[in-house]
Amino acid sequence: MTRTSSAEAPPTRRASPTPVPLRLVAGKAVAAVLVLLGAATAAFFAQAAIPGDRATAILNIRNGQAIERTAEELAPIIAEYHLDDPTFVQYLTYLRGLVAGDLGTSYQQHRPVLAIVADQLGSTVVLTLTALLFAWVLMIVWVTLTAGRGPRVRAVGGFVDTVTAGLPHYWLGIILLLVFALGLGWFPVIGGTGLPGLILPALTLAIPLAGFMGQATRTEFERALDQPFVLSARTRGMGEAGVRLRHVLRHAVLPAITLSGWALGATISGAVVVEAVFARPGIGSVLVSAVNSQDMPIVIGVVMLIAAFYVIANLVVDVAYVLVDPRLRRAA
Amino acid sequence: MTATHTPPRSAGFGPAGPGLAGTTRRVTRPAIRWDLAIALATTVLFAVAAVWPQLVATHNPFAMDLPASLQPPSPAHWFGTDEAGRDLYSRVVYGTRESLGIGIGAALVSLSLAIVLGTLAALGGRVASAVVGWLLEVAFSFPALLLSLLLIAVLGPSALTQILAVGIGTAPGYARMVRGQILAAKDSAYVEAAVALGHSRGRILRRHILPNALRPLVAVFALSIGQSIVWASSLSFLGLGVAPPSPEWGALLDAGRAFITEAGWLTVIPGLVIVLLALTATTLGRHLQRFLEKGETA
Amino acid sequence: MTVVDHTPRVARDDAANGPHPRISIRDLSVSFATSAGDRRIIEGVSFDLHPGRCVAIVGESGSGKSVTARTIVGLSGRGARVEAGALELHGRDIRSLPERAWRRIRGREIGFILQDALVSLDPLRPVGAEVGETLRLHGWRDRSARRRKIAELLEAVGVPSPERRARQRSGELSGGLRQRALIASALALDPDVVIADEPTTALDVTVQAQVLQLLEASKRRGASIILISHDLSVVAQLADHVLVMRHGRVVEQGPAEQVFASPQDPYTRALIAAVPSEATRGRRLSPTQDDASPSETASGETDAAREREVVLEARGLVKRFRAADGSETLAVDEVSFALHRGETLGVVGESGSGKSTTGRLALALEPADAGEVSLLGEPWSAAPERKRRALRSRIAVVSQDPLSSFDPRWNVERILADALPRGIRAPAARAARIGELLAQVGLPDEVLARFPLRLSGGQRQRVSIARALASEPDVIVLDEAVSALDVTIQAQVLDLLVDLQARLGLGYLFISHDLGVIAHLSHRVLVMKDGRVVEEGTPDEIFHQPREPYTRELIASIPALPRGAAASREA
Repeated sequence: MTRTSSAEAPPTRRASPTPVPLRLVAGKAVAAVLVLLGAATAAFFAQAAIPGDRATAILNIRNGQAIERTAEELAPIIAEYHLDDPTFVQYLTYLRGLVAGDLGTSYQQHRPVLAIVADQLGSTVVLTLTALLFAWVLMIVWVTLTAGRGPRVRAVGGFVDTVTAGLPHYWLGIILLLVFALGLGWFPVIGGTGLPGLILPALTLAIPLAGFMGQATRTEFERALDQPFVLSARTRGMGEAGVRLRHVLRHAVLPAITLSGWALGATISGAVVVEAVFARPGIGSVLVSAVNSQDMPIVIGVVMLIAAFYVIANLVVDVAYVLVDPRLRRAA
Repeated sequence: MTATHTPPRSAGFGPAGPGLAGTTRRVTRPAIRWDLAIALATTVLFAVAAVWPQLVATHNPFAMDLPASLQPPSPAHWFGTDEAGRDLYSRVVYGTRESLGIGIGAALVSLSLAIVLGTLAALGGRVASAVVGWLLEVAFSFPALLLSLLLIAVLGPSALTQILAVGIGTAPGYARMVRGQILAAKDSAYVEAAVALGHSRGRILRRHILPNALRPLVAVFALSIGQSIVWASSLSFLGLGVAPPSPEWGALLDAGRAFITEAGWLTVIPGLVIVLLALTATTLGRHLQRFLEKGETA
Repeated sequence: MTVVDHTPRVARDDAANGPHPRISIRDLSVSFATSAGDRRIIEGVSFDLHPGRCVAIVGESGSGKSVTARTIVGLSGRGARVEAGALELHGRDIRSLPERAWRRIRGREIGFILQDALVSLDPLRPVGAEVGETLRLHGWRDRSARRRKIAELLEAVGVPSPERRARQRSGELSGGLRQRALIASALALDPDVVIADEPTTALDVTVQAQVLQLLEASKRRGASIILISHDLSVVAQLADHVLVMRHGRVVEQGPAEQVFASPQDPYTRALIAAVPSEATRGRRLSPTQDDASPSETASGETDAAREREVVLEARGLVKRFRAADGSETLAVDEVSFALHRGETLGVVGESGSGKSTTGRLALALEPADAGEVSLLGEPWSAAPERKRRALRSRIAVVSQDPLSSFDPRWNVERILADALPRGIRAPAARAARIGELLAQVGLPDEVLARFPLRLSGGQRQRVSIARALASEPDVIVLDEAVSALDVTIQAQVLDLLVDLQARLGLGYLFISHDLGVIAHLSHRVLVMKDGRVVEEGTPDEIFHQPREPYTRELIASIPALPRGAAASREA
């Protein structure tokens, strides 16, 4: 039974509201807040999930020992972390702190998590954004050149996409390190906070991302090339390059734009591994050592921060998408 | 993507789009699918290495030989030796069982969770599906590697933790996919035709929605084995997995990490093996998918 | 900046009025290399195109007409091999032109109009940019000059407030405005030759009439038109010369009046005979096969029909839809009708008229916001789904796209077996009934093992009909059931439907936008617009004495085959 006929003109409808569909945007924003709330709750309960007495654990982590503690030793810890308040009150305190920007205090370093993280955050953010930029450039160039050509070129293009998309970050990073830094000496091996030290780590993150986004983009590119509006453009006298750049590309990158929010999250988490490979400063190393020592506030704090970034990024992408493509406003 | 995070949509599967005939394109079908042949061959190799490592290995994986430590690959030691003089090739072979086990275990955990959660989110009635849907969004807001890290922080590193951490970490992405598939099936024209025929909801669910929605998962399972192994090894690389001197591949990476500059092969080669396994799994999955649909398409 | 040239085109041709055709084609053939060897798509096509004249190429899907059109602009497709004894444009040999030369010709000397502007205009770009693209590609560098010209062009094709519309995207315009914009982009540089490939398909009949007027105006200004279409009545409006193509070859060609009045080739005759209209009521559309008896069709006895039992009745149906951005649409507005046993009630309307939604409400696949439907006298829309299920065997549906209504994993046998009523349990009885259904719809037993993807469009629709018949229903709702089929296939399916109605006493709720099909098939007609029933009556009343202004406009827009053609059909 036909539900919608494709040639259906929009039937008479009541005036569509403002150019910015406020209802839609507000709905998405509320949903995002609810998700963040859920994430914060999960994180809170994860803290409480570590077996054993929390106060003892905190003190032990701090001093690097694993012994029994007396009540007097534990008292200041309990006061500091509000450990004798009822759970619900602790939860509310935690939430209130989150909104104010207080992510808790590290067990080990006795400093606010936010301070520890803020130090290292900049480096990771720079790496992530550079990696995203590289990924987009690589992907667009590669797909535009190889999509929709003869079967052999397409097979190679698709194959390269699949292989690069599956490369583990640590492996690719080590290969790049060995070949370009150790072997050819083009880039510094360790550290290097300036631009040269950024390139290899960013490429390590960018190449698999480009391969992955490339798969979706390539499919869409080839689908768009077959569409009638491309034929229309050709009948007006447009050449191959014009068709690809002026018409098809815009359509082809739509799925990649949808993936942007996810791509941001994946790249940040990939940065954790890449920073380890290249011995770069960043929240990656902070996170890994915190996991090792079970310093929960830092683990929670970093994870929450990234989750917040991710949710907000997705919200922005969603809203931008609706604004850019009016067709989506009517779709559920 | 090595996907330290499952993507919102599994790329590589799914229809390539209707593609109207703006320009006629002819698809040539190769006589021998060489990629499938290679994938099958490597699968056999991995299987043998997992079940009978003795058949394939050349040395005792635990035998130390300090004078021969940190040797590059050579005819004597195909993959070279590590810092204690152990033959890397044999260690890789013996590690197959544990690594494959972790990968398959994590894939099972992941997909079981995904099917349960995805089905609830899609079919569970207004309240249940809203709640589960929201839970999935929450879980999904933690990039999967970080979710795994969180779980390891709570549970402490071990092989079992790895299975759980990777399995639970990847589940939300697949759950979303399952939910999407089920919703698509629910809204499809053939389900509506079944309603028009007067079939009961239960019958439609059993005969139309679930089979159509879950069938692609067979191929996804193969894919997720490869992905799980990659992630598990990423965690190990960070020092959060199985501890050395286990020959598990991730542990090999962790151990080799200290020697990146002097003995690169200690990390590159196990990584290469992991990549090969992931590629094999992806290829097998893709062909399995095509085989399952063979009757209906050309 | 180009100077607008107002001199009449005919005077500009070097050999005035003439023997010099603008396009000359001799023995054109196009083949593609496939893994199974060379495939010939078209062969032996020859014709001339003169200034101010229109050549029409008529055929069904797979006839090669579109490939022919595209070959004339050098866009046959990747891997195509084009061979011709002669292929000339303005006397120049264009058989092996380099791509660069083609780009100068396309858009400037030859304009190309595709079908369905919704997908033929880039949905992400403003319509004005699409129109302006032709200008930009051929030397119009100055942006403000382009903008002025674009507004001019849009106005010339009848788009109101052209500056505002130029900034909108194709999805924001109605079907008619979109198609006009597409035409504007093709005619931007006033090309001598205009190729229109199915320019009116997927358009409402009123819009179709307007588009044809635009093409006619172009023709009067001296342009030469190549019109590709499967719709003979559309072709009859414009064509001076007609080519009929089938399986890549030209089976007949000649002056339009001649081809329509006295077609020589049996295929052409079948094609003309297959077009349903008021004139074809009471007779078969497709050549008869084994049973030579002409079937009764909806020719008469409407009064007798009215005395029969009411099988499906609707009263005051209302349905509203709410979109994600909060806007509300009133899709069905107080619709009522009554369908009698063995009768065909045709529901006709343009897109957005609410006819499909009405059908879905009749099937209780959507809940109505107000009003009710009763099936065989029992409450239908008001009853809970549990109770309705028992009654569902009495009403069935055949939809426009059968393929998506089949479970993709099932072959034909499973599809039919699934539709058999519970009562038939024994495997032998089930197999027998399936065989019976296939025989009823004229399908051979061998389709049972096949999958729907491997069947032709006509065969799929027959399977869909067989499935609908499985439970021996009293009513079948057909929503655009024949709209996606080629004319000759459509004719066969329509004949089948008429046969089945006569034999089984089925009541049809037949929903379509095609007035010809409605006129041919229906005992009574419901005309809908914007969710309301505008007029109701017998086909005779609706088509000859329409009361409402909308109905009159609708009927006036129907392109008719020339008188001569109608006469030939009795032969």
